[in-house]
Amino acid sequence: MQTTFPRLMLQHAAERPQAPALREKEYGIWQTLTWGALALIVRELAAGFATAGVRRGQHVVVVGSNRPRLSACMLAAQALGAVPIPLYQDAVAAEFVFPINNAEVAFAVVEDQEQVDKLLELREQCPGLARIWYDDPRGLRNYSEAGLASLDALIKAGRDHERQHPGYFDAQVAEADPHDVAAMFFTSGTTGNPKGVVHTHFTLLDRANAGKAFDKLTEREDVLAYLPPAWIGQNIFSYAQWLACGYVVNCPESASTVTIDLKEIGPTYYFAPPRIFEGLLTTVMIRMEDAGRVKKWLFDHFMALARRVGPALMDGKPVSAFDGLHYRLGDLCIYGPLRNTLGFSRVRVAYTAGEAIGPDLFTFYRSIGINLKQLYGSTETAVFVCLQPDNEARADTVGVPIDGVEIKVADGGEILVKSPGLLKEYYKNAAATAEVLDASGWYHTGDAGFIDAGGHLKIIDRAKDVGRIVGGANDGAMFAPKYVENKLKFFPYVKEAVAFGDRREKVCAFVNIDMEAVGNWAEKRNLPYGGYTDLAQKPEVYELVRDCVEKVNADLAADQMLAGSQISRFLVLHKELDADDGELTRTRKVRRGFIAERYQVLVDALYGGKVSQYIETQVRFEDGRAGMVAADLKIVDAKTYPGMRRAA
Amino acid sequence: MSRQFGEVILEVANISLSFGGVRALTDISFNVREHEIRAIIGPNGAGKSSMLNCINGVYQPQQGTIAFRGKTFRHMNSRQVAEMGVARTFQSLALFKGMSVIDNIMTGRNLKMKCNLFQQALHWGPSRREESEQRQFVEHIIDFLEIQPYRKTPVGKMPYGLQKRVDLGRALAMEPKVLLLDEPMAGMNVEEKQDMSRFILDVNDEFGTTIVLIEHDMSVVMDISDRVVVLDYGKKIGDGTPDEVRSNPDVISAYLGTTH
Repeated sequence: MQTTFPRLMLQHAAERPQAPALREKEYGIWQTLTWGALALIVRELAAGFATAGVRRGQHVVVVGSNRPRLSACMLAAQALGAVPIPLYQDAVAAEFVFPINNAEVAFAVVEDQEQVDKLLELREQCPGLARIWYDDPRGLRNYSEAGLASLDALIKAGRDHERQHPGYFDAQVAEADPHDVAAMFFTSGTTGNPKGVVHTHFTLLDRANAGKAFDKLTEREDVLAYLPPAWIGQNIFSYAQWLACGYVVNCPESASTVTIDLKEIGPTYYFAPPRIFEGLLTTVMIRMEDAGRVKKWLFDHFMALARRVGPALMDGKPVSAFDGLHYRLGDLCIYGPLRNTLGFSRVRVAYTAGEAIGPDLFTFYRSIGINLKQLYGSTETAVFVCLQPDNEARADTVGVPIDGVEIKVADGGEILVKSPGLLKEYYKNAAATAEVLDASGWYHTGDAGFIDAGGHLKIIDRAKDVGRIVGGANDGAMFAPKYVENKLKFFPYVKEAVAFGDRREKVCAFVNIDMEAVGNWAEKRNLPYGGYTDLAQKPEVYELVRDCVEKVNADLAADQMLAGSQISRFLVLHKELDADDGELTRTRKVRRGFIAERYQVLVDALYGGKVSQYIETQVRFEDGRAGMVAADLKIVDAKTYPGMRRAA
Repeated sequence: MSRQFGEVILEVANISLSFGGVRALTDISFNVREHEIRAIIGPNGAGKSSMLNCINGVYQPQQGTIAFRGKTFRHMNSRQVAEMGVARTFQSLALFKGMSVIDNIMTGRNLKMKCNLFQQALHWGPSRREESEQRQFVEHIIDFLEIQPYRKTPVGKMPYGLQKRVDLGRALAMEPKVLLLDEPMAGMNVEEKQDMSRFILDVNDEFGTTIVLIEHDMSVVMDISDRVVVLDYGKKIGDGTPDEVRSNPDVISAYLGTTH
């Protein structure tokens, strides 16, 4: 398959010029951009870039949410052989410094004033950044900084250039090779500086097509693009596969209207990390709590049925005639309307990835007739490595290797992958590239796991994070922090958890409560509280969390390998872990090492047997200001259970 | 960023207003220039809202004149004022609580509609076309004020800070030349105040609307206004840029009291 993104776009424009390519909700109406119109804009933008001096191999930063014109800019850059680098739009300005300087970026296309302000702030630190174009001119009327202009101005310059050099665009597109670099994604990384993952047209399109074939995607799909375009997951679903399949990508009006837009569009192909599915379920449950008695009874009755019968129906297994009929009735009364409310009426294929998903959560969606599945992949593998087939979706595996992928488990338990979609390299970082890509072409994922009897891949944790308990009753037992943390996070009351235990005699944990769920819980019990810190330290909340911890321990005790990872002491943190404070990555993964360092006193207190510890923490607000949060944190013990290890 | 102002758009001269024996305003004069943000401040009962109501045509002052773009008026009703391009918001929200955000803002377009009541009731032909034109304008305002998620929500169900935004939206729907804001930040938390300040500056910047605002919160006023009039017990005690007003001894004593 020898093509490039711009060529695919031109192909769609030639074959189906009137078919919709992108939709964006603006002024209350879904405005459609056809493939024909898109090709025209891309042509003009590319010519505009050319007049501004964008050349083959140069980098263009793109910062903003999913907007049709930003996608067009990526295509335009690629048409010239330049390399677009999408960056996270919610990152603080300082986080842009490394990528911009590392990739010697001179050009940036951004969404609005917010992003313009961030980049202007960096002018001294990033002297190479010469030109900035913005999509939305609002609030920018009085800016007179050198090199700053609107996309409209760029398009206008492009039009003039087109008139003078009519063949320029097509010649540039024809010159490209599929093995040229197509895009670069900076991985957030839980340690050190981010790394630029370099992908070619070929690697991205190969995986996009493998996914397309696996799920039989067509040009008739509708996709809602609402996650950061800098995340490769969103990029694959709303860019690479968009061009590979030619389906319609819909851009929501704003971040706050996503649920409304989701319902209006009714996507057929949907992708979200587990936290989105969790958020949706939480809103449903909260609304059901307030529903009338009849509705509530109906909901409880049919959900019980769904839990029993739904997953089997989804997997295509036979159920009794009565159950089948009963489920059909439930579909009429509850499941159908519920799917509609969630915006999932038309979903044919839905994926979740990025984090482990709780079994209850996973089953909930499948039981009401939504074909939710899991996949495995990363930025380095252009996402698609393993996918779950329609009838084999399970909560604890991530699917089977798909077309083109080879998987091997190394001696230490690390998963190795060989696939045509592997990264070309880490940008200007040969050492890091050599670390993950060995001479025989295997990519070292850094994930520990194994292939189960059914041929499904099962992931336990990051390979480097899997540790050993040293000393104490469980000496030498395996410790998988993420596995433990995920089990805790499956409870709606727990937002984040951080487990410690490697080279220690027992496992201890920090817990972050979920403000919405615990707040609601407290309200139902007439438990007054004044803000997050106060609520987190309520004795009743500690009891609630202890209950969750002990359930996790009981569950772990039943596991042969991980019985030693039970949590013996824990505390509830006084502030939410936040990416702005560096505690989470932008994709919301906990940075365990950083947290252990930052909250050293708390870790010491946990292992030192103290019953409380005073702590003061600096927090950074979204506008860049800093403040202090202080609290006296209680530390409590949790019951652990004897392991089944020896008995088995 | 240096700001440029046009000519005097509103000239208030020697206004006096009394209710029976109570003198609400005594001999007040000031002017407002095109494109500026002009604040009227003062302690409780200083006569701020009375002043706004005089400009707005709700009250008829016993003495003095108000000139709009050089044309002097003595008696005017609210409708005439509105037709001249002066819109206002209210301190105690005067929205239609049961109606959606769209419908509330749409009422602000009333003066722009040409169809009569009968045609509108039938909702056919020209009135239908007109409504969709007006709706387009309303959508621009909704986009501008970032209230898209609430488009169809009944206003009464929305948080107070957002209701204030809808109130501003309805005033903007008139495409006013002068916008009178009666305590736009009253009862808001810090974040809502920051948002509202941003919107006021944006309105001034994007649409070039001249803004006259009454406000209690000194810090907000000093941050966003170009010039400030200070009233106390119905009299003008200060007038000038925020810095001038801040250092005016009369203003300091009116706000903080004096030691004797």
